[in-house]
Amino acid sequence: MAKKKSLGAIVKNGLLSENPTFRLVLGTCPTLAVTTSALNGIGMGLAATFVLIFSNLIVSLLRKFIPDNVRIPSFIVIISTFVTIVELVMKAFFPALNSALGVFIPLIVVNCIILARAEAFASKNGPLASAADGLGMGLGFTCAITLIGSVRELIGNGSIFGFQIMPAGYESMLLILMPAGGFLIFGLALGIFNAITMKKEGKEGANA
Amino acid sequence: MNLFLSSAPHVHSPQTTKVLMRNVLIALVPCAAAAVWYFGYSALILMAIATATAVLAELIWQKCTGQKVRIDDLSAAVTGLLVGLNLPPQAPWWLAVIGSLFAIIIVKCLFGGLGDNFMNPALAARGVLLASWPVRMTSWVLPTGWNSYADAVTGATPLASPGSFTIKDLLLGNIPGTMGEVCKIAILIGFLYLLITKTISWRIPVIVVAVTFVFSWLFGNDPVVSILSGGLLFAAVFMATDYVTCPMTDKGQYIYAAGIGLLIAVIRNFGNYPEGATYAILLMNIATPLIDRFTKNRVYGHERKVKKENG
Repeated sequence: MAKKKSLGAIVKNGLLSENPTFRLVLGTCPTLAVTTSALNGIGMGLAATFVLIFSNLIVSLLRKFIPDNVRIPSFIVIISTFVTIVELVMKAFFPALNSALGVFIPLIVVNCIILARAEAFASKNGPLASAADGLGMGLGFTCAITLIGSVRELIGNGSIFGFQIMPAGYESMLLILMPAGGFLIFGLALGIFNAITMKKEGKEGANA
Repeated sequence: MNLFLSSAPHVHSPQTTKVLMRNVLIALVPCAAAAVWYFGYSALILMAIATATAVLAELIWQKCTGQKVRIDDLSAAVTGLLVGLNLPPQAPWWLAVIGSLFAIIIVKCLFGGLGDNFMNPALAARGVLLASWPVRMTSWVLPTGWNSYADAVTGATPLASPGSFTIKDLLLGNIPGTMGEVCKIAILIGFLYLLITKTISWRIPVIVVAVTFVFSWLFGNDPVVSILSGGLLFAAVFMATDYVTCPMTDKGQYIYAAGIGLLIAVIRNFGNYPEGATYAILLMNIATPLIDRFTKNRVYGHERKVKKENG
């Protein structure tokens, strides 16, 4: 089934119809925790994307060698290899971002998006398709948390990516930067995304 | 023949939502009047903005989502006015607007409208405003009287500096505080009106205040000053008694009210905030479904509970 899909369709699948944040509701922990600014969101998203692409690729290449019984530990070892690379690169080149994301970078190891894609997709599909799936899922995740991060930064700090958007008299809403605000914005975004999808599906159903 | 099917009981009562909400609005009039008396026209404008925003928000939401427009049941007006009365008198207009919008759209309409909100909308709005703009929400002024353009003098609330106000000031409301909470006499008049019209029962407000009294005393405060300070009375009468978010059975209401009273005393004495009424009630609102579950009335005709043997 999945083999018939073109690589582009697989990437698009991760971006929209199976968006990990808004459709699969995976990886909510980083989604809620690091999205206090747009920059944090995109940094976290790209780090996860890198890990996703390469862990999917390697898992897919090794899928015939890994015995079924120990597949989860094997996936974790592969994933943590790439997380270590990301962590070291971040520490070396983006120390500010690294300290902002803190413990959530090493925690990518147990990010359920990555484990889920390794288990559900990469261990059953070829390496190219798996890498494409990793790219799509990663970009979907990046877009979603950058969006949430932008909204939270705009309301909670009056800026996006550090650029002041709101007028000078704007008094930012602190709650949105607190964990409660993360849940609020995530919930609202989830609701809006679902409403749009339902409308679209309803229309397609009516046409067919 | 036109048969009308409905579930029991079939006794008609004039107590519709609209009548109840109108009673609450009337009961709030003394508080609102006291607020205007002490803080001037700006208080009136602030309350009007909050109420109008709440009603408009519900109207627009119900129009946009294709629901039956039910703003004439006055529940949105009550929520809006409560949001307004929960603001400090010097709050800027946008605090009232954001508070009412949050109360109506996020807490009430998104959860299914009247009857389905999981916490009191006005209090949730106050909690959000307090967490978001702590300085705006906690900068108090001493009552300025009718002329609100006179220089306002900032002051600490009786909770922050106990002993600086006499009991008479506390009762009459000549103290800094949110618009609704300052005048205790006005709150009591509203409470009596609600009791006489049987809009609420005495149970929740009296127990909340009594439990706070006892625990404030146990924690070493002057209990009389404690219950007359802060938003306790206002919250106990007008917000803890919200039909939607308090337990249904008598037993449940005792537990709920006692919980609020205890939490208020605990937050005031051991928490970071000087006033705990908001968060105490919100916490017990969330516990309400649980309380309801454990205090179910025995269905008539069913056996009394037989104690289960362990094991």
